[in-house]
Amino acid sequence: MTAETIISARNVVKAFGQGAAAVRALDDVSLDILRGEFFTLLGPSGCGKTTLLRLIAGFEMPTGGQILLDGADITTLPPNRRPVNTVFQSYALFPHLTVAQNVAFGLQMLGKPAAEVKATTARMLALVKLDHLAGRKTAQLSGGQQQRVALARALAPQPKVLLLDEPLSALDLKLRKEMQVELKRLQIETGITFVFVTHDQEEALTMSDRIGVMSNGKLQQVGTAKDIYTRPRNRFVASFIGETNFLTGTAEDDALRIAGGARIPVPGLRAGGAATVTVRPEQLRLGPPAEGGLPATVRDLVYFGTDTHCHLLLEDGTELVARLQSPASGEAGFVTGQKVGLRFAEGAVQKVEE
Amino acid sequence: MAEKHFEVSRLPGFATTAIIVFVALYVPIFTLVAYSFNASMSVAVWGGFSTDWYVKAWSNQQIKDATLRSLIIACFAAAISTAVATMAALGTTRRKAFKGQTFIYVMINQPLMVPEIVTAVALLILFGMIKQATGIQGIGYVILAHSAFCIPFAYLPIRARLEGMDLSLETAAADLYATPWQTFRRVTLPLLAPGIAAGAMLAFVISLDDVVITEFVKAGGQDTLPTYMLGQMKRQLTPEINAVSSMLLLVTVALLTAFFLLTRKKNDG
Repeated sequence: MTAETIISARNVVKAFGQGAAAVRALDDVSLDILRGEFFTLLGPSGCGKTTLLRLIAGFEMPTGGQILLDGADITTLPPNRRPVNTVFQSYALFPHLTVAQNVAFGLQMLGKPAAEVKATTARMLALVKLDHLAGRKTAQLSGGQQQRVALARALAPQPKVLLLDEPLSALDLKLRKEMQVELKRLQIETGITFVFVTHDQEEALTMSDRIGVMSNGKLQQVGTAKDIYTRPRNRFVASFIGETNFLTGTAEDDALRIAGGARIPVPGLRAGGAATVTVRPEQLRLGPPAEGGLPATVRDLVYFGTDTHCHLLLEDGTELVARLQSPASGEAGFVTGQKVGLRFAEGAVQKVEE
Repeated sequence: MAEKHFEVSRLPGFATTAIIVFVALYVPIFTLVAYSFNASMSVAVWGGFSTDWYVKAWSNQQIKDATLRSLIIACFAAAISTAVATMAALGTTRRKAFKGQTFIYVMINQPLMVPEIVTAVALLILFGMIKQATGIQGIGYVILAHSAFCIPFAYLPIRARLEGMDLSLETAAADLYATPWQTFRRVTLPLLAPGIAAGAMLAFVISLDDVVITEFVKAGGQDTLPTYMLGQMKRQLTPEINAVSSMLLLVTVALLTAFFLLTRKKNDG
């Protein structure tokens, strides 16, 4: 599949409020979303991800910048004239209409012939496995069923892009897992581009083709789940996605000199000033101090079943966490207070911006 | 029970007070209804059971005319005031908060605050000037006056319903290709319907029993049922007036019951 852009946000700014009190919910965001992909906007609440979604839907107008859909400028188009549909966090199902009437709504507004509306509605209800509830009022449905109606209603007009605003946040854990699988299936079956907003990193990692990490109204990094996890660009991205360790020191050629004087190899790092590197807990290797490596002391061990989290203290006082496979029963593991030599897996230490 | 809560119903004299209040409220009405079945000519001395006064009232041409006029005025007033109130409610809720919102709110509800007699005199004078200048006569003046003072009664339930409505429903309609008019027609209006019906009914009842403003504004031969009844007081009083009042009471109670049922079922859409 060629990587063809379907949505393009160019230098988008959205400010709320006036003058000095104005808050920039989006601060110069540029982003390309590709046709047919499952794209996730991930970030903590208040980071601007929902605002960006609402700008694409047309519920809000940007303060500056442009939004293109399929190459056409839609920046100022009202929502009813944009070929995109939204699944709302609250579902926003019409309480006075039946399930089938809800699903048919968009098609009717588009002026489709009655026979086509009926056929498409039936097909959509089958797609979300709700055909048996077509005649019900939406208030009589469970949360999961309402979620499926909202999906069917938004998919029925066959939008170019489906926008999903934290649609799973109201569901309990088990249902949420089910719906994650369901959403991915629907996206593959329909081939429609999904733009999914969430604050749940696990949801983002498991479902998305690509993820855009946001914070403070800025896009921090865009990439595949693996890109973002293994090569985070800055401290925020590294700490928001998964758990990680940070080490700070002075940059040398291909190494970082930390406070105690120890030298950590970081291929590609160039000398000059302070630098921060990150390394994931599962990339730490422990051995006897005699075998070399960074001298460290085991401060605490926390057993998690398959893993054991080993809290380490470096000589300069830096704390690190290593995630080790739990030793088999009978096998001797590390003990608190033990001196160890610490090594890092090859290529695991990454420079990050502050 | 670990803790005793303050309870009004346990205060000394609570039952007595309650009984006095209910007696004051309902004894006059029961007496009125009872004496409408009085066989004698007097409104105060019981002379046996009879439905003659109902028959008599039913065949009284003046009462028929006044009733018909009251119903026409109430229908027009309810329709006009509800339409205006719906627009006012949409205008005050479906937009961002604006400066002077409270002021507008007070302006719309003016008839609830200004003494009715003041409005009545003001209308009498203003309408007199208009009649003099244009020569236009007719029942229109009464309808106009009723429409105006019925607005807040229609406005309040409609506004309450609009404020309770989930705004994302209208956003969803727009997202699903509905134009602003289609959104109003297909989503807002159906969901607002119980509020509008309740508002219209309340306006109808308020218009139906108005005396003060009608008495000042009406021209000769434009008696409504309440002003006709007031007029009768100046002549000989017979249980006919009880019969008419009882029927008016019946209509009002029926409408208010419907109003109650409509506003109670808030979430049924």
